[in-house]
Amino acid sequence: MTLRVDDLRVHYRTLRGEVKAIDGVTFDVGDGEILGLAGESGCGKTTLGKSLIRMDGRMRLAGGAAELDGEELPIGDDHRMNPFRFTKVSIIPQYSMSAMNPTRRIGRMVAELLRSRGRQLDTDELGRRLDLVELPREVLQRYPIELSGGMKQRMVMVISTLLDPSLLIADEITSALDVSTQKAVARTLVEFRDRGFVRSMIFITHDISLTYQIADTIMVMYAGKLAEKAPAGVIVGEPRHPYTRLLISSLPEVGVRYTDRRLAGIPGEPPSLLDPPAGCRFRDRCPLAFDKCAEEPPVVEVEPGHHVACWKA
Amino acid sequence: MRRYFGRKLLVYGLTFLVAVTINWMIPRFMPGDPVQSMLARANVSQPAAVEAMRAHYTNLFGLDLPLWKQYGNFWAALFQGDLGTSIWLFPTPVTDVIMRAVPYTLALLIPAILLSWWAGNRFGAFAARRKWLDNTVLPIGYVLTATPYMWLAILLAWGLGIVAGVFPVSGGYSFAMRPNLSWEFVGDLALHWFLPFVSLFLVAFGGWAIGMRNMIIYELEADYSTYLSSLGAPQRLIRRYAFRNAVLPQITGLALQLGVLVAGALVTEIVFSYPGLGHLILQAIQNQDFFLLQGAFLFIVVGVLAANFIIDVVYVLVDPRTRTGMGGEAA
Repeated sequence: MTLRVDDLRVHYRTLRGEVKAIDGVTFDVGDGEILGLAGESGCGKTTLGKSLIRMDGRMRLAGGAAELDGEELPIGDDHRMNPFRFTKVSIIPQYSMSAMNPTRRIGRMVAELLRSRGRQLDTDELGRRLDLVELPREVLQRYPIELSGGMKQRMVMVISTLLDPSLLIADEITSALDVSTQKAVARTLVEFRDRGFVRSMIFITHDISLTYQIADTIMVMYAGKLAEKAPAGVIVGEPRHPYTRLLISSLPEVGVRYTDRRLAGIPGEPPSLLDPPAGCRFRDRCPLAFDKCAEEPPVVEVEPGHHVACWKA
Repeated sequence: MRRYFGRKLLVYGLTFLVAVTINWMIPRFMPGDPVQSMLARANVSQPAAVEAMRAHYTNLFGLDLPLWKQYGNFWAALFQGDLGTSIWLFPTPVTDVIMRAVPYTLALLIPAILLSWWAGNRFGAFAARRKWLDNTVLPIGYVLTATPYMWLAILLAWGLGIVAGVFPVSGGYSFAMRPNLSWEFVGDLALHWFLPFVSLFLVAFGGWAIGMRNMIIYELEADYSTYLSSLGAPQRLIRRYAFRNAVLPQITGLALQLGVLVAGALVTEIVFSYPGLGHLILQAIQNQDFFLLQGAFLFIVVGVLAANFIIDVVYVLVDPRTRTGMGGEAA
């Protein structure tokens, strides 16, 4: 087992109180597993990804623990977490386009970053990885501004995985790319895993169809909680949680003419996490809601590897 | 690259042309007649003699020609380095009068500008994100930068000069001394230089420190800083990058502030009766000395333009983005 997260609670400090962005999430990611993390905007995907590597100033660990390769991951302690970053846990951020210092040549920046972590730059290995993502080796002599968006994205992917981390968090990395590039990036991530550059991966996206193409397991989150987690095929083929079902059914299908039948979304919006309602958080939008939903549904393993938090599942 | 500098030079040339023209116009359209005041100074009572003298002076300064000819002559003389004759210190040439004052002004301005910029940036970068310093020293920075130059100058002159009696409050050197190359004289010069320098330095320092502090905070919030922190890079490296990137707008700021600093130096010189250009301008205005005023302004305009040009060049050298932008344009 690579990563084990137990009852993680992460809150944001705001002037109006604590926003419970992650409210008790338990899951694990196995060796060589790619976990797709899906859900709509504001459900806590990015917060979850960030909290596993570096919490920003407004975030607070309110409870829970994480364990990586059998070792405790001190996620609540910025200082103690530092040795793990980059070497054990790494991230490809949402903002790859602006992740590199604009006034340093890329090669020099990478060398300085590695030196600051007490590592030497292995130029040959770096070159091989650039070849793999089809970047010319000359990019190291260039400034980030001279690269296209897709090139920057690939460069950041190479930098983030340079020290072969156990866990890679890929946070919405395809959101800013066009569809053809999205697919190439997703395939590169699988390639990275297959070659052992990263042991396992959390692939965060709001795009379930893309997740389905590369993820082994998909975890759907809703309002800071786990809704459903199952192998990718099961989530798409036979989802049990009403939210997952609605999410899947709101995807366009090939061969259907949407001029006749309007594509349905999920009406309503997620509850405020400042003071979330008791019981199931999807209750207000759920077509199947009944009295019991006023009570919070526990996460149940309905089949091996298939976890659902719903009374009706 | 060449096109860039060619365009820059053209813009600077045009600015120079306009500035010199305005500079020539201002004293001529100012109320008052310098020849009249010279005649009054001469104190001659015979009307015939007064008329003769008036004709002589008017001819001497070229004021009897039509305006467009005066303007043409002015440019012609300018390229020969001739700025005319001072009225106030008649018959010393304006160039000599200015050259006597320039070393004082430069000795005040150059260290004040460079040191305040350097120290302000260092200090602002250091104070950013350090609660204690941020809360105590930055309000002082705000007060300093909001202080008018001359007011701070007066405060310093009063506090350190009159009350404490440590520094002299007026002149470039003691009245009891004659300029010579001795340690005693140099020490005396430095003593007189100190207060005007400090008042210029402090006001500018506050501005730079605040600007840098805000820029550094902005850079530390930037994506590349967050990314480096996520990869566990030490604060030292992140701050180094942030500083370098934050310095770029500060260089532009220096170009913008240059004029303000020069103006500040002029009023500061007046407060301390420091024998630089500012003092000279005041005298020129009081004596309706067109030519001196014109010459002093011209010198300042040329100085500011030259300094701006240097900053432009430096900016290209330090910011790769402007350089690659130019490369892309050429390709």
